[in-house]
Amino acid sequence: MTQQNVLSVLVVNSIGVLGRVAGLFSRRGYNIKSLNVAETENPEISRMTIVAEGDESAVEQVVKQLLKLYDVSEVKILRDAVCREHIIVQAGNSSASRQPIIEIANLFRAKVVNVGESSLMLELTGEPEKINSFIGLLRPYRIKKLVRTGISALERD
Amino acid sequence: MEKLTGADIICECLIEQGVDVVFGYPGGAVLNIYDSLYNYSDRIHHVLTAHEQGASHAADGYARATGKTGVVIATSGPGATNLVTGIATAYMDSVPMVAITGNVACALLGLDSFQEVDITGITTPITKHNFIVKDVNKLADTIREAFYIANDGRKGPVLVDVPKDITAQKAEFVNKPIKPHNPAAHCTLHQDSCLEKAAELIRESKRPFLYSGGGVYGEEGKAALARLAELIDSPVASSLMGQGSFDQHDPRYMGMLGMHGTKTAAEALKNCDLFIGVGTRFSDRVIGNPKTFAPNAKVLHIDIDPAEINKNIKVFHQVIGDSTDIMIKLAKIIPQQSHPDWMNNIAEWKKTYICEQKGTVQLDLTPQYLMETLDRLTDSEAVICTEVGQAQMWAAQYYSYKHPHQLITSGGLGTMGYGLGASIGAKCGQPDKTVVNIAGDGSFHMNLNELVTLSKHNIPVIELVINNNVLGMVRQWQRLFYDKRFSQTTLDRPTDYAKLGEAFGIKTFIIDKKADCEDILKQALEAAKTAPVLIEARIDKDINVLPMVPAGKSVTEPILEIEIDD
Repeated sequence: MTQQNVLSVLVVNSIGVLGRVAGLFSRRGYNIKSLNVAETENPEISRMTIVAEGDESAVEQVVKQLLKLYDVSEVKILRDAVCREHIIVQAGNSSASRQPIIEIANLFRAKVVNVGESSLMLELTGEPEKINSFIGLLRPYRIKKLVRTGISALERD
Repeated sequence: MEKLTGADIICECLIEQGVDVVFGYPGGAVLNIYDSLYNYSDRIHHVLTAHEQGASHAADGYARATGKTGVVIATSGPGATNLVTGIATAYMDSVPMVAITGNVACALLGLDSFQEVDITGITTPITKHNFIVKDVNKLADTIREAFYIANDGRKGPVLVDVPKDITAQKAEFVNKPIKPHNPAAHCTLHQDSCLEKAAELIRESKRPFLYSGGGVYGEEGKAALARLAELIDSPVASSLMGQGSFDQHDPRYMGMLGMHGTKTAAEALKNCDLFIGVGTRFSDRVIGNPKTFAPNAKVLHIDIDPAEINKNIKVFHQVIGDSTDIMIKLAKIIPQQSHPDWMNNIAEWKKTYICEQKGTVQLDLTPQYLMETLDRLTDSEAVICTEVGQAQMWAAQYYSYKHPHQLITSGGLGTMGYGLGASIGAKCGQPDKTVVNIAGDGSFHMNLNELVTLSKHNIPVIELVINNNVLGMVRQWQRLFYDKRFSQTTLDRPTDYAKLGEAFGIKTFIIDKKADCEDILKQALEAAKTAPVLIEARIDKDINVLPMVPAGKSVTEPILEIEIDD
């Protein structure tokens, strides 16, 4: 059964490591839904959070294949984890839409980070479902631009 | 402390790793490396091939024949891309190889400079790992790491790309052991409980099937496998890559398993209750349709690469680690088994299913007779390299291998043009062995330029071309599945093999009838004691490779006959 899996991958920060990991997914036919990567507390090590779709055996394979990459030192399938996503969105089609957008922002505790003539720029951090419903509510007020980071996640101890 | 140039550091590191022969081709970006090799020529023997692809296959053949790491050197751009097929071939067959490529100077990287190519990008999917070295102080450790990775766990090729200025810059050099920067991730080894469970499965089995692949190495691996087979009282089949891991003169041996495996192995596969795969990856060419593979058996998988477990077929139990080590440990905890009825079945099938090739009136020589005669005259001891296609399968089927990796063949990638280069490497690594490359006329024409490497360096390889004037394997598929529409597979090339051999300075023999076969082979083997020889053996274009399992069909039901009515 196809399902979403959140993988946490520790890699050595070497030339081309992102390409190696991304390339492995594409050539083995695994789908990446989102990929998020940045340095850890150790500048030589980065952590990638990868959301991948696939059934159980595909995920088993992807974990094993990732572990074969020389620059990969740890791969975990996250089951009990804190998952967060960050979004910046610019929405609004007239000055009249400003008030309802601010109401939505307040409801979600999103921050207004820029105010334009007809639109507002908002930022929000939260679980992916929350981000999705936030986007859904903004949609009637015309979303001009949007960027989301994809999930970053850490396993609970 | 004394400082060395990057080029000298490369040579010092090669010596440190025990390398005494390298294969390659010079060019602009590796001028410094070749200048250094000039100084080191007393310690590192460089074999110049006609083409970088030949050099890459030679490094691969050397590695397979010796168990050591093969080394190939090429220049940037086209030199590097010409290695790609050779690297991919080594990758698919898990052959330890280090490829060193030059690149343009660091300042010119990324500017589409002359003969610049992103070879690390190109080879990422076909190497275990690759490096580009942009700091001469890191060069030595990078090369050490490359050798470490090529040989760690499941073996494979590693590429090190060195920009030209790095080979000229100087750095301090001290001999020291390899220190891998990230060793922890790759050591998922078995636990004792895994071995116990494997032993239990074996004890419970009434009809075991032992199957060996290319992951059984050396005489130790062969001895461990033989001991295990005896203890389990099991018949044995091998994959193409595993030919020779079990002595083929042993009555337990059933032949090859898979697309062109024996009917006996297929019958045993259908009826076994435990299938034990050792050092193998269950390639699609072996398992056919995974749903019908070993339909009545539990599968026990012993391999060093955890990623091969449950990849192509679901296994019941696995033991991860070095195959020899595991077989030795298993032999200690399994009491002697006895399966006389099962072994009788096997013996009966072996008697019943004999596949005999027949020649035609015009050309009565068959590949079977040719290979069996070669087998007899060389006492099953020659190193056999092959190209790819029908000739490859005949070489696998009709020579009785005695040693692991005695058959040097491109199993995974199926590289036509592989064998001649590989035989150069094999002969350099095993100068005391008779080395024969079994080619079809199609594959031969792909890289025959390397004949000049044989004659120039006087490498006494026997290049045996089985000439049927067609691309026989593709023709066979066209006959079976494409309504005999022989599209682009009828070669009928005007090549005069005797003149061709003469042009390259190679003595050439022609066999066109069965009656002459033994005599001429004897003469050729005699001549090949001191110089390379070329043999053209003419056979009919419609001799097929049998048995055959059509792709994706059940391996348990091979085709035993193909009607030739035209």
